[in-house]
Amino acid sequence: MPESLAGPIPQFLVDFWNTWPPVLQYLTTTLFKILIVTVAVILCVAFSTYFERKVIGSMQSRVGPNRVGWKGLLQPFADVFKLLFKEVVVPSQSNRFLYVVAPLLSLTPALATWAVIPMNDWFVIADINAGLLYVLALTSVGVYGVILAGWATNSKYALLGAMRSAAQIVAYEIAMGFALVGILMASGSLNIGDIVEAQSGGVGNWFLIWLFPLFLVYWIAGVAETNRAPFDVAEGESEIVAGFHVEYSGVAFALFFLAEYANMILISTLTAVFFRGGWASPLEGFALFEPFHDTAWIGWFFGGGFPWLFIKMCVFMYVFFWLRATFPRYRYDQIMRLGWKVFIPVTIVWIFVEGAMAWLEVGPWAGAGA
Amino acid sequence: MLHSVLFYVFAGVMFGAAMGVVFSRNPVHAVMFLVFTFFNAAILWLLAEAEFLAIVLVLVYVGAVMVLFLFVVMMLEVDVEAAKRGLTRYAPLGIALALVMAIELVNVIWLRGKIDSDVGGFVATPEGYSNTEALGAVLYTEHVYAFEIAAVILLLAIIAAITLTMRKRPGLKVQDVAKQVATRAKDRLRVVRMDAEKKQ
Repeated sequence: MPESLAGPIPQFLVDFWNTWPPVLQYLTTTLFKILIVTVAVILCVAFSTYFERKVIGSMQSRVGPNRVGWKGLLQPFADVFKLLFKEVVVPSQSNRFLYVVAPLLSLTPALATWAVIPMNDWFVIADINAGLLYVLALTSVGVYGVILAGWATNSKYALLGAMRSAAQIVAYEIAMGFALVGILMASGSLNIGDIVEAQSGGVGNWFLIWLFPLFLVYWIAGVAETNRAPFDVAEGESEIVAGFHVEYSGVAFALFFLAEYANMILISTLTAVFFRGGWASPLEGFALFEPFHDTAWIGWFFGGGFPWLFIKMCVFMYVFFWLRATFPRYRYDQIMRLGWKVFIPVTIVWIFVEGAMAWLEVGPWAGAGA
Repeated sequence: MLHSVLFYVFAGVMFGAAMGVVFSRNPVHAVMFLVFTFFNAAILWLLAEAEFLAIVLVLVYVGAVMVLFLFVVMMLEVDVEAAKRGLTRYAPLGIALALVMAIELVNVIWLRGKIDSDVGGFVATPEGYSNTEALGAVLYTEHVYAFEIAAVILLLAIIAAITLTMRKRPGLKVQDVAKQVATRAKDRLRVVRMDAEKKQ
């Protein structure tokens, strides 16, 4: 943590803190960081449902929620309380244990992935070297919640949804992984903080430009991975009712809902981190904004940091909702064709192009001598 | 001290989960126990500071292989009674295999440990050691041929699996996606201009 933030803390508290053993200090700060990130993610989920309904409402010439609170801003909380007080109906022929565990299995990876995502140049829960691999591993574990929910409810619709989801996620994970191989080659590190550092120094250094095909593949695969429209065949409310969570109600359903939106926010943030410079400010390197960097109060904004990551994340969330309001659902065979026969060849070709770029020292490698 | 406590806790849980794979009646439960076993194995690797192996174990086995396992097991109607009837028939073979594996384990852990006194515990790694970098440094230099041969064998396996399952039967209807995409409205739709008819 930078020293400037420690300024306003009274001296006696600092002294008291220093009397604690290091293990306890470490545990307390880590728990506190986890608490901050989890609460922030859950609040983001709550307001992104509001954001989604407003965006889709305006695209369909409606007003969206506007009854609870000022301009409907309290609508998410009304929804949460409604879900909390609803009865959880467990189907009598279901596998009760797996039925209860499945929503937790889909929520845990969605929240645990946030451990390695840096919010700015010093706030990250776990600054591990294999951060990118950790992200890939945990996003692939999230599918268990969906599959087990589909199987444990003992319903045909749910099982159909689970099978579709499993095939889809396994297919798009490969394209996603290959897109990240490109990131790895460009940044030369698996540490997510280093990946962001590699893109610092203005918009021209963002991987978005040099790895544009990989960006498209990663983003679309991310949409498919979160089972969002137009890839929402796992839910498919117009054909298999609600897919894997058809038999879930109340809090159990709310957990699936939370997991889905947490995953969307995660994919948006990861796309911002991998391709759009993460917390780095896009105004870097423009002489026009140079004077603002040292100005009090607004300097921290122009210097880059969490606000930029948040803005970039919101842009991608908007694209999620935009896609949902615009496109009809993909046919299942077309999803598979897109994943296996279009995305994977595109990523493999671009990895070779990147190799050529590195060899000729153009793009992100120019002057770096890597 | 803390390391050994954590090791025995996770190793114990792993052993229990592995027993669960063998003894659970429900095949889906068995698969989930196996997933749990893999997770604990990954934690043991993390304790040995082999973070690359640990995460790849989760990524490949838990994230992909076991998903496909679950996929297949969910589709099967496993007859538990029939499987139990086979127990006595396969028991001698199973015990023989278990014995061979036990001998191998003893060989690795006990006999090698006697010869090579370094294997007494995990060797502490130097500050700033990265398992990923260390693996990459030998994998692409010293062992590059073995690595590439493994890749070619895997490619062969993929092609073989596809050839075995691909079945061309006569009269199969296939869509030409390029043709579908290239279709324009005027190919399919004819707009007819006609006068309004009298109400009947």
